[in-house]
Amino acid sequence: MRKLALLLLVGSLAVVAAGCGSKKESASGTTTAASSCAKDDLNLVTTDQLTVGTDNPAFPPWFGGTPHKPWQVSDPNSGQGYESAVAYAVAKELGFAKDEVTWKHVPFNNSFAPGPKSFDFDINQISFSPSRAKVVDFSDSYYDVNQSVVVNKGTPIASASSVAALKPYELGAQLGTTSYQFIQDTIKPSKKPSVFPQNAGAVQALKNKQIDGLVLDLPTAFYVTAVQVPNSKVLGQFAAEPGGEHFGMVFEKGNSLVKCVNTALAKLRSDGTLKQLQQQWLAKATGAPTLK
Amino acid sequence: MASEGDRRPDPEVARRSRLLEGLRLEGEGARGVAIALLSSFVFVAVVIVAVTQSAGWPEVKRAFFDWGDISNAFPDIARAFVLNVKIFLVCEVFILILALVIAVLRSLPGPVFFPLRALAILYADLARGVPTILVIALLGFGAPALQLQGVPTSRVFWAGVGLILIYSGYVAEVYRAGIESVHPSQEAAARSLGLSRFQALRRVILPQAIRRVIPPLLNDFIGLQKDTALVAVLGVIDAFNQAQIYSNSTFTYGAYLAAAALFVAITIPLARLTDWLIARDRRRQQAGSAFA
Repeated sequence: MRKLALLLLVGSLAVVAAGCGSKKESASGTTTAASSCAKDDLNLVTTDQLTVGTDNPAFPPWFGGTPHKPWQVSDPNSGQGYESAVAYAVAKELGFAKDEVTWKHVPFNNSFAPGPKSFDFDINQISFSPSRAKVVDFSDSYYDVNQSVVVNKGTPIASASSVAALKPYELGAQLGTTSYQFIQDTIKPSKKPSVFPQNAGAVQALKNKQIDGLVLDLPTAFYVTAVQVPNSKVLGQFAAEPGGEHFGMVFEKGNSLVKCVNTALAKLRSDGTLKQLQQQWLAKATGAPTLK
Repeated sequence: MASEGDRRPDPEVARRSRLLEGLRLEGEGARGVAIALLSSFVFVAVVIVAVTQSAGWPEVKRAFFDWGDISNAFPDIARAFVLNVKIFLVCEVFILILALVIAVLRSLPGPVFFPLRALAILYADLARGVPTILVIALLGFGAPALQLQGVPTSRVFWAGVGLILIYSGYVAEVYRAGIESVHPSQEAAARSLGLSRFQALRRVILPQAIRRVIPPLLNDFIGLQKDTALVAVLGVIDAFNQAQIYSNSTFTYGAYLAAAALFVAITIPLARLTDWLIARDRRRQQAGSAFA
């Protein structure tokens, strides 16, 4: 027994020593803050490569092109679709050629997991919120988003024309979006809403009429009605809340790259590029009536 | 029956709980306790030091152990947990019945019943072979998609059906083990007293069989209780889904700890009940052997 206790003690001391060791190691290896936004000074996951994360499948209108393995539905490498186009435009501003941009499959949940990130930034229709910004860094807005609701044509909810008229229905949202919060805070329905872990589940539930309406961002809503759920329509969009909701790219907390991406975004905004890309890829996502 | 008792360990030893076994065997009471306390203390201290000194600890602490985060999420998750408990209790009843039918079918003797036996075996193989999450997703989205008159579209209903189908496979095997553990002479004796085959099963075999398998049955129900969280794939907001919603809106994981605490709060009493039943069963069998 004494020998065993001794062994336990020695073993545990070794663990402590290892723990301390690893701390020092990482302390010396912390990222050095880049002073300029010259390509060589950027803080990158892989040298000379801009590694951009997004989820798979990558859905239109955010991503376009024909899918190549491992990408499903569309291909971020295509440069088609709004988010892909914005990512390449930002990359160009930072000095990266098209072939120096690498796309990485980052499931939504991994984009904010603790620990070092596998991407320089993640662009995946992620809404900014103050509590999220405590954990990761967000770029400035690359798209100001409105929530909207998709319904099956000919169902009772399809004749609703105000936010209040949506109350009696069973609504759904996708996990990780701010749509659920919107349902709870603004619509306050009398039936318990549903939250689906995957787009596919949410869409299937709407098709099966297991939910009456699906709340999501307006551009995705138009894709759902056009491709995923036949005989559905965008019932309407909701007026933006004060301060608005916007999508931002997600960075590891404290990454100096944010500043440089924000500079690039500011330039793309002022020279009209962002607006032009929205015209090109999200033009359909306008003409929905506003529900009040 | 006497021989069965002989193989059991000495009752004095059997009475001691597992946790304290090593300690008591150490012999000299106080000294053993002192050593156990000291080594536990050192062990816990070392683990705490090793974890809190690790490089990632500040981030992990913020992400997982933020008290404000956990306590904010808890009330909503506790409300959602009621659904898990309901599903668990309702499914349990149906599983006990369906599994018993399957087990009895499988233990029917004679060549006439071969098709029924084969079906029961096939069922147990399939039910235990297919991942529960797949069955729930297929039933929950697939069955309502058929749009058949009278087929329920409730996702909670189909999740319950999935859990009943899967767990009946496991529980049927537990029953079967119990039935096969009853010595054939029991049935022979019952039949020689003039009981029909069914009466022998109902009055002699099953009462003995079921009493023997109560601990493993409870074991499966602890598993079932946890698997109720799988309704989340269908978008239903149970404790796990509610925790996911929180986690995704704050990018922290405290909500998962709150959900885990609720599940553990139910499983621990069940586990202790199982231990107690096993101990009681053992005592009874030993008491029986003393008379024999």
